[in-house]
Amino acid sequence: MRLTEAQSKAIFRDAGLPVPDGEVVSSPEAAQAVAARLGARVAVKVQIPIGGRGKAGGIKLADTPEQAAEAARTLLGARIRGYVVHQVLVERASSVASEYYLSVTVDRARQTPVLIFSTAGGMDIEEVAEQTPERIAKLWVDPLLGLRDFHIRWLLQQGGAPAELSREFARFVRALWELFGRYDAQLVEINPLAQTADGRLVALDGKIEIDDNALFRHPDLAAMRSVEADHPLERQAREQGLAYVKLEGDVGIIGNGAGLVMATLDAVQREGGRPANFLDIGGGARAEVVERALRVVLGDPDVKAVLVNVFGGITRCDEVARGLLQAIAALGGASVPIVVRLAGTREQEGRALLSEAGVQGVSSAATFEEAARRAVELARSRAN
Amino acid sequence: MAILVDRGTRLLVQGITGREGAFHTARMLEYGTQVVGGVTPGKGGTTVEGVPVFDTVREARAATGANASIIFVPAGFAADAALEAIEAGLELVVIITEGIPVQDMLQVVARARQKGTRLIGPNCPGLISPGEALVGILPGRVFTPGPVGLVSRSGTLTYEVVHLLSQAGIGQSTCVGVGGDPIIGTRFVDVLARFEEDPATQAVVLIGEIGGTDEEEAAAFIREHMTKPVVAFISGRTAPPGKRMGHAGAIISGRLGTPQSKVEAFRAAHVPVADTIDEIVRLVGERLGRPTVAGRA
Repeated sequence: MRLTEAQSKAIFRDAGLPVPDGEVVSSPEAAQAVAARLGARVAVKVQIPIGGRGKAGGIKLADTPEQAAEAARTLLGARIRGYVVHQVLVERASSVASEYYLSVTVDRARQTPVLIFSTAGGMDIEEVAEQTPERIAKLWVDPLLGLRDFHIRWLLQQGGAPAELSREFARFVRALWELFGRYDAQLVEINPLAQTADGRLVALDGKIEIDDNALFRHPDLAAMRSVEADHPLERQAREQGLAYVKLEGDVGIIGNGAGLVMATLDAVQREGGRPANFLDIGGGARAEVVERALRVVLGDPDVKAVLVNVFGGITRCDEVARGLLQAIAALGGASVPIVVRLAGTREQEGRALLSEAGVQGVSSAATFEEAARRAVELARSRAN
Repeated sequence: MAILVDRGTRLLVQGITGREGAFHTARMLEYGTQVVGGVTPGKGGTTVEGVPVFDTVREARAATGANASIIFVPAGFAADAALEAIEAGLELVVIITEGIPVQDMLQVVARARQKGTRLIGPNCPGLISPGEALVGILPGRVFTPGPVGLVSRSGTLTYEVVHLLSQAGIGQSTCVGVGGDPIIGTRFVDVLARFEEDPATQAVVLIGEIGGTDEEEAAAFIREHMTKPVVAFISGRTAPPGKRMGHAGAIISGRLGTPQSKVEAFRAAHVPVADTIDEIVRLVGERLGRPTVAGRA
């Protein structure tokens, strides 16, 4: 789960780190009032969970409260990279002398947390890493040892941080490390970490990503999940305990096991089709889970055909068939064609249940590839 | 012969009194695995499926001579259970539990490495040496003994591939599900090294997916250290960047974890990458000198 800039900055502020003065608003009038209170040049910034907002036109500068209102009017309700803007952050613009980069994240390959510092702040850090790797300092911290003072000295020395700011930088590194642990973060990042004209360090942007698996320990953060940021179908599926990702095509997909579902999406694309979603019903799913899954997929108006691909290990194919039939009965029939491929535990029983029910629009396929081909053909014929 | 688990494995089940723990204990016993004890704090002195239950791993190990453990404990308590098994000196610890926080796993993985414990998972189906031992939730019935070692980040995809291999008359030495999380105890290279040394393994199937760089590291390892043929498959090749595809580890972030990088790495190591599940079986058959007809029998 990714927090917005304003949410991240609120956490920084609580941790005693300087951030620009500002407020989140959702109307031009409120933006104008905040700008008037600040009495200075302001930045108006969309609060959506993506990077590169500046490039995407999501950040505007305003010299007067009227300009701030105008900027908010343009941005609020706009759609930027698929996200509708519901809120903007209006904050005092800073006069910047230099920009740095600082983050704590997990290095998956080395299986440890890593601190990253760079004097090339304000840029896409992946680009910096690719083009001028010497401008990036990285320090891996043994999770059993934790962050020690020497780690900070090594990082700042390696990164070429100006000596006169080392105490101030050390404070930021220590605070970010502590937030990283306290909030079960995958990433805590300040980019840019700016040195202002008067020589202070201030977090001009902030990004915190929380490990979804750890949200049970952080109900306060879970409550901050912005409902607008999710696709409604994804929200509905999550509330029902289903692993669902909305995609852009028209072939609805249901399968068991993330790897198998991914391979099913690949098979559909290889046959020239486009998957409408990823949906994993998990291991050992009962009929009710299958029923809920089918309802979510059929609730997507983009779906022209559905492919159900199940390999029964722990999951029983007859349970899957029963769930499908229950859902179809409850919905008063299959609104789009459904191709079902069942293999493994009780596949004969599962297929028999489907063929005996003889539901219009529901057919069985013997193999993975055949199922994908048929679902793609059906979706295509209905799209035309 | 096999790797990691065999007839000599003496297994503890942590979380044996839970629904999943009890169910899979019965399955593992039925398969012939020596399940010698269970651990659930507060339930010591009871039995599950005839298996004695203890309050602590230390006590269970002393009483049963166990050398391995499998963990079905809920996510919030699983890291503690794994650390308990590591500190109690077990050689092999398999974590089935899904949804363990990453920062918990960073500590568990670091401690397992320090103590020399072989940790598998989390969020994995476990492992099986067909005909010898099942330590996990894999459906024992689809596996048959034979010359192919398999290592995979995905459970159901493994069953699917093994089902087809078995139908084509190609059995397996050991199949290891390493798990779908970003931080896991055993990675492809660890298992490949064991397969290379295992006399019973003649060819290896590697089932990877998008996210992380474990496949790239596996490819480099194969190029430098392996003499046995390896066939690879990568799922999620058409997944869009930035979307987590079910597994917490299956996400393309920025330039990391892309399928192109993985396919290129394998090609550079002369490892064929199958485009379909059926193709895996054909490629393996060729490498064993046993042509097979692709598709279901």
